[in-house]
Amino acid sequence: MSFILRRLIFYVVAAWVALTINFFIPRLMPGNAVESIMAKFPNLQPSAYHALEAMLGVGHPGSIWHQYGAYLVDVAHFNFGTDVAEYPAQVSTLLGETLPWTITLVGTATVIAFGVGTALGIAAGWRHGGSLDRVLPGLMFLQAIPYFFFALILLELLALKAHVFPIGQGYSLGLIPGWHWAFIGSAVYHSLLPALTIVLTSIAGWMLTMRNVMITTIGEDYVVAAQAKGLPNRRVILSYAARNALLPQLQGFGLAVGFVVSGALVMEIVFSYPGIGLLLLNAVTSNDYPLMQAIFLVITFAVLLANLIVDLIIVFVDPRARVKEAPR
Amino acid sequence: MTVATTISADPTAVAREAAAQPGRWRRMPTKAKVGVVLFGFFVLAAIIGPLVTPYDPSYQNPSPGASLNAPSGAHLLGTTQSGQDVLSQLLVGIRLTLELGIIVGVVATALAVIVGVTAAFLGGFWDELLSLITNVFLVIPALPLLIVLLGYLPQKGQTATILVLAGLGWPWGARVIRAQTLAIRNRDFVAASQETGEKTWRIITSEIIPNEVSLIAASFVNTVLYAIGASVALAFIGVANLSSWSLGTMLYWAESQQALQLGAWWWFVPPGLAVALVGTALVLLNTGIDELGNPRLRDASSASRIAGHWLRPADPTPVLAEVSQRRSGLAAFLHSFSRSSPADETRGSDRR
Repeated sequence: MSFILRRLIFYVVAAWVALTINFFIPRLMPGNAVESIMAKFPNLQPSAYHALEAMLGVGHPGSIWHQYGAYLVDVAHFNFGTDVAEYPAQVSTLLGETLPWTITLVGTATVIAFGVGTALGIAAGWRHGGSLDRVLPGLMFLQAIPYFFFALILLELLALKAHVFPIGQGYSLGLIPGWHWAFIGSAVYHSLLPALTIVLTSIAGWMLTMRNVMITTIGEDYVVAAQAKGLPNRRVILSYAARNALLPQLQGFGLAVGFVVSGALVMEIVFSYPGIGLLLLNAVTSNDYPLMQAIFLVITFAVLLANLIVDLIIVFVDPRARVKEAPR
Repeated sequence: MTVATTISADPTAVAREAAAQPGRWRRMPTKAKVGVVLFGFFVLAAIIGPLVTPYDPSYQNPSPGASLNAPSGAHLLGTTQSGQDVLSQLLVGIRLTLELGIIVGVVATALAVIVGVTAAFLGGFWDELLSLITNVFLVIPALPLLIVLLGYLPQKGQTATILVLAGLGWPWGARVIRAQTLAIRNRDFVAASQETGEKTWRIITSEIIPNEVSLIAASFVNTVLYAIGASVALAFIGVANLSSWSLGTMLYWAESQQALQLGAWWWFVPPGLAVALVGTALVLLNTGIDELGNPRLRDASSASRIAGHWLRPADPTPVLAEVSQRRSGLAAFLHSFSRSSPADETRGSDRR
């Protein structure tokens, strides 16, 4: 079995586990969407209970396996049910409106942070004990700050005090979203500060792990041999040390991406950025369970997809992954 | 004999040796020292803090003059919009947040050890299954799942949060511990105790676990970091008991009552800074543990004195047990067979 096929099967299993958890949580946990609405509108008659169930599609007809099957079919058709808070709206419509914002912002910022952090890590690992090592404690501090708190500080300093950046939102009020330059320019301008937050807080993690792997790799015999052959430093660093050190780094990226996305979601709230994070906050404050669950699924699928892309890159970088039976 | 020809294959053994030396505090990497001191400070604040709060953290001072005071003698960290004392909230909040982090750390690390060691020992199908579960929960993003799980709970109090966080916090540790257990399991001393008929649980508790102490410690520190980060983020979104004071709920109230727009930096900066500093302490501790296990990672300028010799981290790893253990009569006699020349022994004997 090839490496990529094994990974694909793993992601299918992971997606199935997420779907199954998502199916059983509302059935095993106390409290449900109908009760939350009943609690919020005390003047509703008890007879409205069944009407609400039918409206939201949470009354559970049929056996649990029948429900499970119907649920899987619904998800396959991106049908996540009707929203509770903004009632007639479909959950999938709300997701479709917000997902592009989050994916563009978080995706771009994460790739930039990973690239710059890895490059800095290579430099710090090669010049072990050099000037880059001296900024490490400062970077560890940045890494330990919660994303949303760092966002608050940046907002205070750069938007409220210095007026360099706009105060939150995804684009200037009064603009109509669309593919024209005024809107795109405004959207980019508004995304700069959120992107800066992600880059600054996550760069330290990438740099630190890459530095540590580099230091260990540089001690390997093949790197010493490459130097002894008289190869130029540049070649030794990039083709010998960094290329091998990159593999654990990429695997780490796959695992960390869920963490970064989670942090970024909370950060969006601070900037009132019109992405999934803000939608999630609204879902939580209004006890909007169908929306919460759909967001969990969408984020999980996005993270699995990111992992799959990382695996494809690993196949490209690592010849061992291209061998038919990859040695373990 | 100081610079050994063999490099110890097991970093945890070296770390354990180094930690067992007298004067180990002096020998600890600087980063770890700073981490220990910083974390100790917060633990102390968590223990003493709630006993010495100047005000009741929930007391809302109705007089308009008490609202949004900047830091002053009466309120060292100022007041919130409803006249509550920020310092009192902070002291109580540190207690609640640290308590949660440490309990989650203990429970999740225990789960990680159980799952990791079990998987490595059972092998075969059960190993594959447990590893699959571990990897699946590693790749599913935790925060949205936490929100859904806690969202359905009618009471989002401290206990519920601890249970859910611990229930999702074990996979990282389990993965690392499984790998290490697999490596140790095939070593000779484990085979030896199996041959002598030791029971499996005894081999696990007295042969395997002691060799994984530094790994378990790192896993614990990481889990505490995750628990504090996640709980603060959850509370910030509002998925928490909002009538209790933790660092996260402080930030929630500051954000929802527009502290930023009102310019009340003293309201949201202290709790955020406390989270960041606790986090930094834990990251430093973790780096310290890493460096203890892998001396190459240490700051290259920090040569350390091992058994009277200055060794730079880039130097070949000395076998610490050999360098610095004083041998009793019988051990010295036995060791005399393994030395390469008599000169080795004379140099070794006058080292202290």
